[in-house]
Amino acid sequence: MAVPAIELEQVRKEYAPGTPPAVRDVSFSVSQGEVLALVGGSGSGKTTTLKMINRLIEPTAGTIRVMGEDVTAIDPVMLRRSIGYAFQGVGLFPHLTVGDNVAITPRLLRWPEEKTRARVDDLLALIDLPADSFRDRLPAELSGGQRQRVGFARALAAEPRAILMDEPFGALDPITRDAVQTEFRAVQQKLGLSVVVVTHDMTEAVLLADRIAVMHEGDLRQLGTPQQLLTAPADDYVAQLIETPRRHSDFIESLMRPAVVGGEGKA
Amino acid sequence: MSSRLQGLFEQLPQLLGGHLSLAVPAIVVGVLLSVPLGILCVKSAAVRGPVMLVISLVQTVPSIALLAIMVAILGGTIGYRPAFVALLIYSILPIVRNTIVGLEGVDPAMREAARAVGMRPLQQLLKVELPLAFPVILAGIRTATVWVVGIATLSTPVGAPSLGNYIFSGLQLRDWQRVLFGCVATMLLSLILDQLIALIERSLQRRRFVVVWVATAVLGGLLAVGLAPQLVPATAAGFTEVGQQAAVAEGAAAEQQPTLAGQTIRIGAKGFTEQLILTDLLAGRIQAAGGTARPLGNMGSTIVFDALAKNTIDVYVDYTGTLWSTVLKEPGPIGQAAMRVAVAGRLFDQYGIVLLGPLGFENTYALVVRQEQAKRFGLRTITDLTSQAGQLRIGGDPEFFGRPEWQRVRDLYGLHGIEQVGMDSTFMYQAVADGQVDLAAGFSTDGRIDAFNLAVLDDPLAAFPPYDAVILLSPAAAANQALVASLEPLVNRISVAAMRVANRSVDEDGRTPAEAAAALAAAVGIGENPGDGASR
Repeated sequence: MAVPAIELEQVRKEYAPGTPPAVRDVSFSVSQGEVLALVGGSGSGKTTTLKMINRLIEPTAGTIRVMGEDVTAIDPVMLRRSIGYAFQGVGLFPHLTVGDNVAITPRLLRWPEEKTRARVDDLLALIDLPADSFRDRLPAELSGGQRQRVGFARALAAEPRAILMDEPFGALDPITRDAVQTEFRAVQQKLGLSVVVVTHDMTEAVLLADRIAVMHEGDLRQLGTPQQLLTAPADDYVAQLIETPRRHSDFIESLMRPAVVGGEGKA
Repeated sequence: MSSRLQGLFEQLPQLLGGHLSLAVPAIVVGVLLSVPLGILCVKSAAVRGPVMLVISLVQTVPSIALLAIMVAILGGTIGYRPAFVALLIYSILPIVRNTIVGLEGVDPAMREAARAVGMRPLQQLLKVELPLAFPVILAGIRTATVWVVGIATLSTPVGAPSLGNYIFSGLQLRDWQRVLFGCVATMLLSLILDQLIALIERSLQRRRFVVVWVATAVLGGLLAVGLAPQLVPATAAGFTEVGQQAAVAEGAAAEQQPTLAGQTIRIGAKGFTEQLILTDLLAGRIQAAGGTARPLGNMGSTIVFDALAKNTIDVYVDYTGTLWSTVLKEPGPIGQAAMRVAVAGRLFDQYGIVLLGPLGFENTYALVVRQEQAKRFGLRTITDLTSQAGQLRIGGDPEFFGRPEWQRVRDLYGLHGIEQVGMDSTFMYQAVADGQVDLAAGFSTDGRIDAFNLAVLDDPLAAFPPYDAVILLSPAAAANQALVASLEPLVNRISVAAMRVANRSVDEDGRTPAEAAAALAAAVGIGENPGDGASR
């Protein structure tokens, strides 16, 4: 069995001594090619957990390994360059063109310029924004969905070992969101990307993730496949969270049923 | 175009060049210093507190005082250096402040994004923070530019030519066209520089890099034009030309006496009409001897003396009473002849300055009132003011109110209750005539005393010291035989009446100082004064 892409062992974060830890002794691992969703409300510790993986935040205790390597043994800047990161609210640099935004990490890694350019063009094609018409535009000239896709392309640019995503689809309208999520899933499967995605939206987690880690007040409450969470929630909190997509799904099904029956009746 | 306007335009290349040579390098060096300083302030709270305190404090020093302080700090050096340093200091605050505001205004999410994509701290600063703060920093640079170009006009009194020469000389000559010309030229220069920077900003935003390069090249050109006179001092426009003309015109005369050919003589002057006329009178003599005269007018009283002592200028006219009290720090006056000898001896002993001789007239302080008021209240001497001092307002130059002579007059005549109204000496005679003040501290040679129907109050207690106008030569210039020979004919030639006529012709009849100097030379029988136009 290959080494896990990301592995957390008893990871803890205390922002100030004496206060309750933001993350309390959390352990999980993400296999290569797997999408893991960290789900929870605000203050659950999910974003802190994510940022400890690429050392934007340093843990107080515990061990984090990326592709089997302890992250504390890696220069944090080099570590970040080897892990893609996609942000809430996109995080594209407004003064750089689409092409330059995507090329940032390859250039920081001093890739040969032709290789960088070819990579940028490939990625823009992958996310359906043809390089010829989009490479030289500024982020302000794009729609929200297009920006989100560029942010995703930027995270992929330097052929990262893993991708971290922080509420990546939060700012999008429902239709765009659906399209971008679908595209993300397609690209992720095509490239076999290992992904940790933070979201407060259980429905999104169910749709995107292979496994879901539910966090609450710094604790990891349950880790399992969407199906496991639906059928056997570990506690009331998980049950309550997973209830939302289930209720939506039931409600939509109930709306569809009479229409389908009615349609058959007429036929 | 009127000939006066044409005269103003003729000075423009030299004065604009002087102005650019101060303002543009001050702004450029200001940017190079201030942006890193601003970055340092953002990165280190320990640096920020003291830095902001110091630059904010310095900014509150009135500009004209800061310029004078720079002269003192630089050991009495006048001209370019103190003006440049003062302007540089003024450019710092807006740029540092905007750099701080700009960097702190960068969205923290952008900073985190820069870290998350794998930038090192310096890369974050250069690739993300500075570009995002750029518009705010540039706004600071534009503010600094407008300030510096405006304040550069104040470098005239410390002996650095600028567009302020129009304004200062215009104020002293009551030539509003001249003042306006200086103001408009300064405003246009501000506007052009400001718009040029704005153009660079807009073009950068729209990614029109050709425009950016062109505008930057224009700025660079202005910088080069500004710096050229500093790098090659002798090429200062205007002066050489005048010198050549004079040299050609006076070629014949030069063969008969010691010649000043090929020499440039720098003439200092304080900021009032009489001094400007005397500058032109001296310039006429120097040109008649084949030399080039370089007038550096409108300097402060002590600045011009210090410049002479340091050989930064060669010659100027001062007054014995002024030297006695402000330079030699003597508390009480002595007799006229005694003072002249004492001043001459001590200036030579202490500074190596040579008092070549008196011009022949005295320009003393005089308290003046309206004639009709003098008649109505029977005012003849300063003593007559004592009983009503509490109700009186006196107008005068702020410099006068700080002088020991005024202390002495107030002590001797009991005038402590009098209200002092500081104003430019240009306005004080008018202010008395209009009744805005009851009396003014004027000058005995001023033509406006007659013109405004004012009366001079006698000084029976001799509270004001004698003020003989004397020619002073710097230690270096005193050894210049040709210069001494060219100026000696002026000694004891000019009467109070002749000087007052000359002053009045400028102040009241709108003649130029050069015309007045030519007329004065002719009236007192000093020949071959080239006069009009030659020194300007």
